[in-house]
Amino acid sequence: MTGKIHSVFSGGTVDGPGIRFVVFMQGCPLRCKYCHNPDSWLLSDGEERTVSDLTREIIRYRSYYGEKGGLTVSGGEPLLQIDFVTELLKSVKNYGINTAIDTSGFTFNPSDSESVKKHEQLDKFVDLYLLDIKHIDRNEHKSLTGVYNDNTLAYAKWLSDRGKRIWIRHVLVPGYTDNDESLEKLADFIKTINVEKVEVLPYHTMGEVKYQKLGYEYPLKGVEPPTKERVLNAKKILGVLK
Amino acid sequence: MKQYKGWEGFIPGKWSNDEINVRDFIQKNYTPYEGDDSFLAPATEATKKLREMVMELSKKERDNGGVLDADTSVVSTLTSHAPGYIDKDLEKIVGFQTDHPLKRSLQPFGGIKMASEALSMYGYEIDPKVKEIFTKYRKTHNDGVFDAYTPEMRAARSSHILTGLPDTYGRGRIIGDYRRVALYGIDYLIKKKEEDKSLICGEMTPDKIRDREEISEQIKALKGLKEMAKSYGFDISEPATTAQEAIQALYFGYLGAVKDQNGAAMSIGRNSTFLDVYIERDIKNGILTEVEAQELMDHFIMKLRMVRFMRIQSYNELFSGDPTWVTEVIGGMGVDGRTLVTKNSYRVLHTLINLGPAPEPNLTVLWSKNLPKNFKNFCAKISIKTSSIQYESDDLMRPEMGDDYSIACCVSCMKTGKDMQFFGARANLAKCLLYAINGGKDELMKDKVTGKPMQVGPKYQAITSDGALDFNEVMEKFDDMMTWLAGVYVNALNLIHYMHDKYAYEAIEMALHDSQVRRFFATGIAGLSCVADSLSAIKYAKVYPIRNEDGIVTDFKIEGDFPKYGNNDDRVDVLAVDLVKRFMNKIRTHYTYRDSVPTMSILTITSNVVYGKKTGNTPDGRRAGEPLAPGANPMHGRDSHGALASLESVAKLPYEHSRDGISNTFSITPASLGKED
Repeated sequence: MTGKIHSVFSGGTVDGPGIRFVVFMQGCPLRCKYCHNPDSWLLSDGEERTVSDLTREIIRYRSYYGEKGGLTVSGGEPLLQIDFVTELLKSVKNYGINTAIDTSGFTFNPSDSESVKKHEQLDKFVDLYLLDIKHIDRNEHKSLTGVYNDNTLAYAKWLSDRGKRIWIRHVLVPGYTDNDESLEKLADFIKTINVEKVEVLPYHTMGEVKYQKLGYEYPLKGVEPPTKERVLNAKKILGVLK
Repeated sequence: MKQYKGWEGFIPGKWSNDEINVRDFIQKNYTPYEGDDSFLAPATEATKKLREMVMELSKKERDNGGVLDADTSVVSTLTSHAPGYIDKDLEKIVGFQTDHPLKRSLQPFGGIKMASEALSMYGYEIDPKVKEIFTKYRKTHNDGVFDAYTPEMRAARSSHILTGLPDTYGRGRIIGDYRRVALYGIDYLIKKKEEDKSLICGEMTPDKIRDREEISEQIKALKGLKEMAKSYGFDISEPATTAQEAIQALYFGYLGAVKDQNGAAMSIGRNSTFLDVYIERDIKNGILTEVEAQELMDHFIMKLRMVRFMRIQSYNELFSGDPTWVTEVIGGMGVDGRTLVTKNSYRVLHTLINLGPAPEPNLTVLWSKNLPKNFKNFCAKISIKTSSIQYESDDLMRPEMGDDYSIACCVSCMKTGKDMQFFGARANLAKCLLYAINGGKDELMKDKVTGKPMQVGPKYQAITSDGALDFNEVMEKFDDMMTWLAGVYVNALNLIHYMHDKYAYEAIEMALHDSQVRRFFATGIAGLSCVADSLSAIKYAKVYPIRNEDGIVTDFKIEGDFPKYGNNDDRVDVLAVDLVKRFMNKIRTHYTYRDSVPTMSILTITSNVVYGKKTGNTPDGRRAGEPLAPGANPMHGRDSHGALASLESVAKLPYEHSRDGISNTFSITPASLGKED
C-alpha cells in the first residue's frame, strides 16, 4: 500500500515524548492562517512511498527511541490518508514501536458510521494522540482554518471516552488565538475530557518564506510571535503551569 | 623489591613487583564511585585569589595582542629557567614553563625560522646569537626535512593537497605517562631504563644504535626533570607519599614535556582516577579534607590552563585560537565491568565551576552506556552550565584499547605509556578528485615560470570530454590519483618523522613510555563529505565540466538532484565508506617509518576552513574557497532528514579503517532537545 509523504524527520523531539521519527503526510483539508507548511496542503504533491519501505526506514532508528520515543505521524493532516496510516502503524507495531498521531481530528465524523469505523480501526495501533484544537469557538475556528471545529471536539470526546492518552496542542497566535476569554473556554472544554498534557505552541514566522516560494500571499503578514508573558499567561490559563 | 614509603597502604601487585604497570596499580587500588555530586567542595579563598590574579594576567595578555611576554634568548629545556610563581604562598601546585606565568618560551628545535617568525609577529626579536647557533651550528628538524624533501613532495605541500604537515613545527601528539613520576619516582624509572638499554646489545644495527642513543637521551631527561623539581624545592627521586606530592610530581612530568616540546597537541593523559587513589588514602589517614582535595585539583587544572606556546599567527588561524590540546580523559568503564569513575572524576569536572568554564585543559569524558547514572547526570549538568566537556565513546574504543588509554589532541586514542604516534596531518581528498579530473594539474595554482597551471600530481590523462562526467571513468582516474597521493603522503611523513626523531626527539615524553613502544603512523583525510557528494552528483545527476582558457576544469554545471551524505541514504553513504577503506588500504601498502602501525583519522575540527580556501569548485556544487565540512560531518546544510539520519550516515564509516578517530561536530540548542514542560 502506498501513501503520499511530504517528508520524514529523524530525531524529532517536539512532537510527542522522547526521541521520535516523524512522518509528515502530504495533504490537508484545513487552511490554517498560521500554517508553516503550506507545501503540505495539496495531495497532488508529495512523494509516494510504500508501508514496507517506510517501516524499514523507521525501524532503522529503533535503538534511539528508548522507552518513551517512537513514531509520530503528522502532516498535513495525516488522517486524510487514514487507511495508509492505519497500515503503517500496524506494520511498525510488529516491532513494538510506540506510536503517536498528530491530528486536527477533522476527518472524524461521528454521524458517519464508515468514518467512525475507520477511526476505530486506526485506534488499535495508536498509543498517543496529539490533538490540535486550533480554536475553541466554532466560528473563529472556521475563520482561522476554513472549517468548523465540530469534528475536532467530537473526536476529543470520543477518544477520551475510549480511555486513550491525549495531549491537547494549541498554537498561540497573537490577535487570533490568544485572548483570555477563548483560552478560558478552551480550558473549560479540556476539563470535560481526560487529558494527559496540554501544550502551548507559540506561533513563529519561519513558514513565511515557504509562502513566498509557492507564490501564496502570507495571511499573517506583520503578526509577531507572542511575547513570553503572553505564552506564560496562556500556559497558566490552560493549566500547563499551575 | 624495595618497599617505598610512598607505597604504604596500597595493595601490592604486578605494579609493585619490579615492573612498571600503572594500570595494575589503578585496578588494584581505586574506589569506583556511583554516588552523586553532593560531596563536592567550593573554591577556597586561596583558589579565588589565584583565580583573580590569573584573570588579570590573561587580560593583560589579551590587551597585549595575545602574548604577555616571550623569551627571546634562553632556549627552553627542562632546566633552562628559574622557578616561576603566581603567588608562591597560595599555590598548592607549582611550576611554569618559564620564570614567569604566561611568559612564552623559546623552542627552536622544530625550526629556527618558525621560532623567530613567531617572535617577530608579536613584536619581539630573537637573540641573534641563538639564531646563529641554530643556523650555523645546530641543525633543526625543519632544516632536516627540507634537505630531504623531493620536488614532488614540495609541490604537493605548496598546492595544499597535503596540508599541515609537521615539518616546520613540533609534531606533538605524544602523551607521556606522567603518572609514572608520581607512582615510581625518577630513580626507579632511570633504573628500569638502564635495564632496557642493557638489553639492546649484540650486533649494532642502525636501529639498535638509535634505540640506545634514544634511551640515553631519556635517562638524561629524567635526570633533568629531577633537577627541575629540585629548583622548586621538591625531591621527586622517590614515589610520592601524599596526594599533593603525587599531583605535583605528575604535573612536573607534564611540565617537563611542555618545556621540551612545542607540539601541535600536548595532551596529558588519564590522570584523575589515578590521583583519586592518593586522595582517598590521605582522606582515610585524616591528613586531607574534601575542601583541600578540591583545592589541589583546582590548582592543578589552573596550571594546565596556563600552558602557552609561541606560535605564528597563521597557525592560530588554522586552529581558530591558540590551542594547546591539553586533553585529559575522564571516567569510562573497566574491562572487568566496574566503572572507572571515582570521586576525583567529579572533582576534575567541578574545576569548571570553581574556576569557571575554559577550553583548556580539554576535559574529555569517556562515555559508556554503563556509566553510573549519577555521573551521567552530573556531566549533563556541567555541560549545560559550562559547555566545556568533550565526550567520546568508550564503548567503541575500549575493545581495541583496553581501559587505560588516553586521547591525544581530540580523538586519537593510545594506550597510556605503551603507544605513541607520528602525527601526520591530512591529505585533501577533494583536491585529489579535482586532480583526477585535470590530470594532476592544480585548479588554482599557476607555475611561476610559465604562468600555466601547475603540474603537481602525475601527468595522467585528464578528462577531456565536454559531456556529463561519467562515474566509472571518474572513479578509475580518482583511484589512480589516490594511489599517487597516498604514496607521496606516506613518504613525506616517513621523512618528516625521521628528522623529528633526529633533531627534535621528545626525550622526556618517551622516557615516560615503555622502551618497547608501539608506534602509530597517523595519517588523515579532509574533504570526505565533499567528495562523497561530488561522486554522488556525478553518479545520480548530470555534472558537466566547465574549462578555463588553459583547459583546466574550474567549475561544474549540475543538472538534476542527487543523494547527499548525511541523510542515511545508502546510495551516497556507501561512497563515503568506500573512500575511507580505499584510501586507508592505499596507505597500508607502503612502508611506514619504524614499522609503525598505519592509521587514519577523519577529524578536522577547525582547519577544514583553511583546507577549503585552497580547494577550487567541486562537482557537488561547493564553490571555490568555501569550507569543507569538519571531520566526517555532512556538508553544511545538506543533511535534511534530521539529526538521527545525519548521525547514522557518519556512524557507517568503518572505525577499523579510521582507527585514529572520526569526528562529527554536532551543535544542538537546548530547545532542539525537547520541551521543558
